[in-house]
Amino acid sequence: MSAFMSLIARDLRLAWREGGAISTALGFYLVVVAILPLGLGPDLNLLARIAPGILWVALLLAALLSVDRIFHNDHEDGTLEIIALGPLPLELVAAAKATAHWISIGIPLTLAAPILALLLNLPAEAFWVLVLTMATGTPAISFLGALGAALTLGLGRGGLLLALLILPLYTPVLIFGVAAMNAVITGPSPFLSSYLILCAITLATVVLAPIAAAAALRLNLN
Amino acid sequence: MTQAEGTFNRLANPTRFMGLASTILPWLTGLTAILLVAGLYLAFFVAPEDYQQGHTVKIMFIHVPFAWLAMMGYSVIAIASIGSLIWRHPMADVAAKTAAPIGACFTLLALITGSLWGKPMWGTYWVWDARLTSVLLLFFLYLGLMALWQAIEEPSRAGRAAAILAIVGSVNIPIIKFSVDWWNTLHQPASVVKLDGPAIHSSILIPLLIMAAAFTCLFFVLHLMAMRTEVLRRRVQALRLTHVDAAGATQGARA
Repeated sequence: MSAFMSLIARDLRLAWREGGAISTALGFYLVVVAILPLGLGPDLNLLARIAPGILWVALLLAALLSVDRIFHNDHEDGTLEIIALGPLPLELVAAAKATAHWISIGIPLTLAAPILALLLNLPAEAFWVLVLTMATGTPAISFLGALGAALTLGLGRGGLLLALLILPLYTPVLIFGVAAMNAVITGPSPFLSSYLILCAITLATVVLAPIAAAAALRLNLN
Repeated sequence: MTQAEGTFNRLANPTRFMGLASTILPWLTGLTAILLVAGLYLAFFVAPEDYQQGHTVKIMFIHVPFAWLAMMGYSVIAIASIGSLIWRHPMADVAAKTAAPIGACFTLLALITGSLWGKPMWGTYWVWDARLTSVLLLFFLYLGLMALWQAIEEPSRAGRAAAILAIVGSVNIPIIKFSVDWWNTLHQPASVVKLDGPAIHSSILIPLLIMAAAFTCLFFVLHLMAMRTEVLRRRVQALRLTHVDAAGATQGARA
C-alpha cells in the first residue's frame, strides 16, 4: 500500500512541478467551450439547453489530450521498467498512475466546469449536479485513458490513435453524465437512476481497466 | 486430451491450416454461390412486396444479413482474441486480424443500406435511433482495432495489443448498447418504424434466412481466403528477412 501511495505522490509531485499538463488541459477546455458558441450562435436559451453536452464533450477532449502522458515519460526514460521490477504489481501501478492523472487533471477540469458553465448560461440549479456528475465520471475517463495510453505506448502517432481507440469507450460515461444533468434541468426522468448507473460504470472501470492496462504494459515492456 | 483439443492444437500449425483451408474453400464457395443465387431469386422474384413499403422492402434482404454479420464479425474477433491471448494460438491471431476488415466492411454496408432504406421510409438518411447509433459505434471500434494493428510494426505484439482491445471492446459493447438505448428513449420517444413490429410472414422470412445463410458463408469464404493470404504474407516476410540477414552476413564476411 505504501508503494502504491508513494507512486501516486511521486506522479502528483511531477505533475505539479512540471505544471504544463494541467494548464494546457485547462486552457484547452476553456478554448473549446468558448469556441462552440461562436459556431452555434449567441442565443442564450439554446446554449443553456445544450450546455451539459458541450461541457461534457469538451471535458472528454481535454482529458484525452493529457491522457497519453500517463506512461509516456516514464517509458521513455526507463523509469517504468524499474517500477515494473519493483514490489508493486503492474495492475496497481496502472491504477496508481491513473489515480494520479485523475487527481491532477480530472479534478481541476471538474472544478473549472462551473466557471465555464457561466459562459453557457447553465441554469443555477444544475451547478451542483455538474460538479457531482463530473467528479463521479472523471475517474472512469482517467482509468480508460490509462488503458489506451498503455496500448499505444511507444508508438509515434499515439495521440491520434488513442482518440480513435478510447472515445467510443467513453460514450457510456458521456451519455449518463449528460442524462443525469438533463434530469435535473428539464426533468421528467429521475436524476438518481442515471447518476447511479454512472457510478456503476465508474466503479467497474476502476476495477477492470487496470487489469487490461497491465496486460498491455507487460506487452510493451518486453 | 480430448478430440476437440486435438483438432484445436493441430490447427495451430499453419501448414495444416492451409491444407484444411484449401479443401474446404471450393465447397464453401460453391455453397455460397448456390445460396446467394437462390436467396436473390427468392428475394427479388418470389417474395411479395410489402403493402406499405413497396419495392424498398427488398433492401431488407441484404441489410439484415449485413447487420447480423457486423455483430458476428466482432464475436469472431473477440473469440479469436481470447484464443490468442490465453493459448497463444498462432492461427487465432491471424483469424482476429483478418476478420476485422471484413467485419468493418459488413458494418459499413449495413449502415449504408440502412440509410438508403431510411430515406424513402423515414424521409431522412440518418436518424439518431438507438440501433443505428450503436452500430455506428461498433464501426468505430472496428476502425480502432484496425488502426492499432497498423500502428504496431511487430505482428505478434500488434496481435496481442489488438486482442486486449478487442476483449475490452466486447465487455463494453453491451454497456454501449444499453447506454445508447437509454439515451435515445430519453431524448426522442420511439418515433421510428420498428422492423420487428408486425410478425414477419414466412414468404419474407424464408428468403431472408437463406440470404442470411448465404452472407454468413460468404463471410467465412472471405475470412478463410484472408487468413490464407495473411499466412502467406507472413511467410514471405520471414523469407525476405532471412535473405536480408544472409546478404548482411556475406557482406560482413567480405568486409
